[in-house]
Amino acid sequence: MLKVKEFIRDFGWPRLIIFFFLVFMFIAAPFVGVRLDASFSDVLNRFGMNAIMVLAMVPMVQSGCGLNFGLPLGIISGLLGATISIQLGVTGFGGFLIAVFIALFFASILGWLYGLLLNKVKGEEMTIAMYVGFASVMFMSIMWLVLPYNSPNMVWGYAGKGLRTTITVEGYWLRVLNNFLAIKFGEFFVIPTGLLLFVALCVLIVYVFMRTKTGTAMTAVGSNPDFARASGVSVDRMRAISVMLSTMLGAVGIIVYEQSFGFIQLYTGPLYMAFPAVAAILIGGASVNKASMLNVLVGTFLFQGLLTMTPSVINSLLQNDMSEVIRIVVSNGMILYALTRKTKVSK
Amino acid sequence: MGQDSPLLSIQHVSKDFYGNVVLQDVSFDIKPGEIIGLVGENGAGKTTLMRILFGMPVITETGGYQGKIVFDGHETNFSSPFDALDAGIGMVHQEFSLISGFTTTENILLNNESMKPNFLNEVFGDRMSFLDRSDMKQRAVKAIQKLGVKLNPDMLISEMPIGHRQFTEIAREINREKIKLLVLDEPTAVLTESEAEVLLTSLRNLAAKGISIIFISHRLQEVLSVADTIVVLRDGKAVKNLPSKECSIRDIASWMVGRSMTSESDAEVANRKLADEYFRVEHLWVDMPGETVKDVNFTVNKGEIFGIGGLAGQGKLGISNGIMGLYPGGGKVIFDGKEAPLNDPRKVLEIGFAFVSEDRRGVGLLLDESLEWNIAFTSMQIKNSHLKKMLKLVKIRDDASMRKLTEEYIKLLDIKCTGPSQKAKELSGGNQQKICLAKAFAMKPSILFVSEPTRGIDVGAKKLVLDTLIRYNREYGTTIVIVSSELEELRSLCDRIAIIDEGSVAGILEPTAPLEEFGMLMSGAFESNKEASHA
Repeated sequence: MLKVKEFIRDFGWPRLIIFFFLVFMFIAAPFVGVRLDASFSDVLNRFGMNAIMVLAMVPMVQSGCGLNFGLPLGIISGLLGATISIQLGVTGFGGFLIAVFIALFFASILGWLYGLLLNKVKGEEMTIAMYVGFASVMFMSIMWLVLPYNSPNMVWGYAGKGLRTTITVEGYWLRVLNNFLAIKFGEFFVIPTGLLLFVALCVLIVYVFMRTKTGTAMTAVGSNPDFARASGVSVDRMRAISVMLSTMLGAVGIIVYEQSFGFIQLYTGPLYMAFPAVAAILIGGASVNKASMLNVLVGTFLFQGLLTMTPSVINSLLQNDMSEVIRIVVSNGMILYALTRKTKVSK
Repeated sequence: MGQDSPLLSIQHVSKDFYGNVVLQDVSFDIKPGEIIGLVGENGAGKTTLMRILFGMPVITETGGYQGKIVFDGHETNFSSPFDALDAGIGMVHQEFSLISGFTTTENILLNNESMKPNFLNEVFGDRMSFLDRSDMKQRAVKAIQKLGVKLNPDMLISEMPIGHRQFTEIAREINREKIKLLVLDEPTAVLTESEAEVLLTSLRNLAAKGISIIFISHRLQEVLSVADTIVVLRDGKAVKNLPSKECSIRDIASWMVGRSMTSESDAEVANRKLADEYFRVEHLWVDMPGETVKDVNFTVNKGEIFGIGGLAGQGKLGISNGIMGLYPGGGKVIFDGKEAPLNDPRKVLEIGFAFVSEDRRGVGLLLDESLEWNIAFTSMQIKNSHLKKMLKLVKIRDDASMRKLTEEYIKLLDIKCTGPSQKAKELSGGNQQKICLAKAFAMKPSILFVSEPTRGIDVGAKKLVLDTLIRYNREYGTTIVIVSSELEELRSLCDRIAIIDEGSVAGILEPTAPLEEFGMLMSGAFESNKEASHA
């Protein structure tokens, strides 16, 4: 009994409630005519698509910069990488890798500048981050029209210039990760092995990084900046590195998302991408200044599971389409809940 | 009631905080129109006594006090500062409590304004009345005149010199009609000498009008010149209570610091042979808020334990913080023949300095992390220790070696905890301090700066911490610079003690020097000594 209590305290009531709700959804699914195997496959796929963007929260949370509401900045770097790769016309794995490398290049520059900005607004990071995200999306809305892309796959047909709002990656690198070593069970159940392996690789890299000297210093900066400074650590530098890392992960994350989703969404597409990622890591049990790999994995699974299952099951139950409404209520409600639980570093 | 019956009579007042006695059987009287000078070191009990007088909630929350306070013929036990204000006791704090965007008049009459009724009163009550500005101004001018100073009633506080702000505070207190007793806590600390002189004159004016004053200050000359009676507190006891005409500054200074101790450790200290100069500070200035260092010079020999003492706010804490680069500073720090960089915490750690901060919870510890992290972190960052190679590619944290180090120090310093992975915030103050020491020792420093090592920890832990420092010094020959407000502590530990007053060294003394010399230096009474130490 004592062990159970301890487990509940460690795992947390909100997570348990969501977990049981999710289990309930899976049990209810067959009764309302939703296929269980297809649902499972969906949850796995969406987990893989989103996990890296959730992972992008970790470095900033650990260094005390709060939740990365500026994720759209990383996503924009990813979009630049993806569109340039298509412009170059490289297909298959090569195209995917080129997209990732170009995205990382842009993300490191933008992330560093973003980090310098956040160092000027200590204590208000999350508010400022939100505006950085919004502003950058709007700025790029202009740039997508102006930049000299000319791949016929991407530009508006009638003008011959300016990128379309939605660009398909079919014929380039559609599902290159998903299909890599994919295991099929019957018609509806597929394990996207390559996708999950790539996520595992990214998680491992961040896990190891947080254990290096720099990663340790970063955690200490988030825990108590004065302590870190007195130990000879440059607080501003650590914070800038963490922001850069978060932005780079966001850039990789969106490319992984696109190769599975099949489309690149430009213009206002990235505007609200930060919220599901923030909600997921909070459901996973992270606080505003502590996050672990476990938080990422558990949180992404629970949140994406909820997003996959709730609309389909509830829609079938109510004979009504309100999936989008439920999605918004759940994700924003979760952010609200977690921010009220905000635990300050004890002083 | 005769003219000579006391206005306020404090009778046998005692107070302890959880067994830690801070006031012990304190008694004294104040007659109407009398000025009492209350003096004592930091922690002698002055503040606690005033808190009891004002009925501050912190007193009742910690179990009340023993003894009696008789004010104006009645035994009183105020339950909140408002009761004390209503009874006619006013207090001027060390820090200003003024609204800087308001004028003198508005500040003097804050929450006590003259009002003109209007039609809104019918509906919403008195709080909707207009202010009667002309009457307010008259009342403010009256209060200012009573004080006997020149103040512009329409001037904004933010545009005023500091001295005038202090006068505004006092004017606010004496504006109350019933005011009978005024308590001033270090009113001259922020004033220039000429401003202080004006203030003292106006205090004499007030006293002549029948208002009694309790004047708390560590500037003994001022106390002596303004007070009729001097009460000296030491370790919670009123050790002296006599007319100011009968004592000199030197007497008061020695009463303040006491003359209790001569122990064998002094003899041992005196016999120690020390090597040559190891560390020198020249014209150091540090901009640390509340602890400004203006011009400090001293040298420390190799293997020495060098003490830095002085009253709070005089700059002694700024010295170590400045040398460690935590606050902006300038001047020269020479270590082992080479100049050490200022304003760069990393560089000084690299050349072998280590620091135990006075702000244990704010700077000293990672409260939310394990003891392993707390002890090993600095050493990992500076010396690249506790790292191991993974797959011959990247160096990562070596948790096993961190654990070993932590276990070592837990045993060595007798740290009470459940194990190396316990969170630092769960430890008691004394054990947290030991973690801070362990963190510094783990750096294997050539010179160790320790700031207020025993602040806020109990007596048993105090002794352990001090013994650890001595042992470390004797065993490894580490040079140690200790900054502390507790003179006794410094005298039992150090080879030499520098006393800091107003941001510079007032004098450097042997620990065996007579106590009144320390008291004199702290009170800034010995101007000549300052020159001597600069030479």
